[in-house]
Amino acid sequence: MTGTMPTTRITADPQVCVGSGMCALTAPDLFDQSDKDGTVLVLQPLPADARIGDAEEAVRGCPSGALRLAEGSAE
Amino acid sequence: MNDMVCPYLTNGLPKVRERPLDPPAIFGQLRAEEPIAPMTFPDGARGWVVTGYEQARTILADSRFSSKAAQKHLAFASDLATDFDLEKDLPPAQFEHMDPPEHTRYRKLLTAEFTVRRVKTMVPQIERIAAGRVAAMRAKGRSADLVKDFSVPMSAHVICELLGIPEEARARFEELSTQALSLDKKPEETKAVLDGLVGLIGEVAMGKLEQPGDDLLTRLIHGGQLEPAEILGVLLLLLVAGHETSANMLSLGTYTLLREPEQLAKLRADEALVENAVEELLRYLTIVHIGVQRTPTEDVELAGVTLKAGETALIHLPSVNRDPERFPDPDTLDVTRRAAGHLTFSHGIHQCLGQQLARQELRVGFTTLLREFPELRLDADPADIPMRDNMTIYGVHRLPVAW
Repeated sequence: MTGTMPTTRITADPQVCVGSGMCALTAPDLFDQSDKDGTVLVLQPLPADARIGDAEEAVRGCPSGALRLAEGSAE
Repeated sequence: MNDMVCPYLTNGLPKVRERPLDPPAIFGQLRAEEPIAPMTFPDGARGWVVTGYEQARTILADSRFSSKAAQKHLAFASDLATDFDLEKDLPPAQFEHMDPPEHTRYRKLLTAEFTVRRVKTMVPQIERIAAGRVAAMRAKGRSADLVKDFSVPMSAHVICELLGIPEEARARFEELSTQALSLDKKPEETKAVLDGLVGLIGEVAMGKLEQPGDDLLTRLIHGGQLEPAEILGVLLLLLVAGHETSANMLSLGTYTLLREPEQLAKLRADEALVENAVEELLRYLTIVHIGVQRTPTEDVELAGVTLKAGETALIHLPSVNRDPERFPDPDTLDVTRRAAGHLTFSHGIHQCLGQQLARQELRVGFTTLLREFPELRLDADPADIPMRDNMTIYGVHRLPVAW
């Protein structure tokens, strides 16, 4: 395979995040929380295919709407 | 008679439950007919009651709805209705009753204290606290009141550790907070207890000025972001939101498991099931039985109805969590089901700040009780266990158990 592969990208807006920790609870390998203010840290912006289900659940479960999944391209 | 007429709540929420662990049946009818239905609050204000899961989730995430105290109403008709003015009597910094940006300012100061990772580091402490309660129960003999001898002191002790209430003040703190949660307090008695708590917290805070510790109170005091009165307000909020709720979930959850022997056996057979069991008990019991209220700041069209600006919607969390569209066979407790997504901790920007601590406390509490007391049983006729129908947080007033 050559060129770019379509992939799923996780984006997070720490300004919107309320630090409930639902993402870090649902998928601790993909998300963590800042020690400073508890807001979301994305550990793996481009999750492996096998982890996309949990990434979707984390996005659905986010109470503040700070998380998004976007179809992007791997560089 | 027209059998299509939907029931109408004319005086706030009904208190009478047909069965102690299920919301009143009228909410099921409402959800089936009108998941957002008009209602009249006990103070005469017209508003809405929301019983559908999707509708509730939508409203709770919608920034056109306000959380301000001035627009909230008492949910149950009560003799106390005229004695308490939510807006006037509110201490400062009660940010559950605020909108952004005021809400954001307080919440952001606290979120780092309650992250998943931070709370995990507290687990050994919580386990020691639970073990201490078990030892105290054993010292009394073969029976105890689980509310007084386990749940309330365990929850109070966890809060003390979190806030940094020192050992020597803990007995007074536990006594006052237990009184604050006890039944049938007259308003002046409640005020005396709250004054006592505020006094105690003030004393402890003075100590932290001299001798900082590694705790939430020290960080608030030395962070320099809040006035002293705001710090007291924040601590009071954390106490009310974190203590009464955890204590009641521990007791009511244990009562529920003891009344559901098949579910209990599953959990006893596989301790790892506890995370799931806690999620399911949170869903099934939804102890915030007065729900939460949101007021549209402009007219909002939703699911075929128009919620006019100023008409407060009461999101009835217990029935939202029993919506069969979201949770199949919702009235059955099933500790193996996927209960994630329940709205017990609410949703949106006000979703419970302490929910990760609550989860750990409940996991440790149930695991400890079941492990240490393999013969744990109710020590009373279930029909004689007094339920907290009249209280803000549902639960049991007493829970006699034996082992």
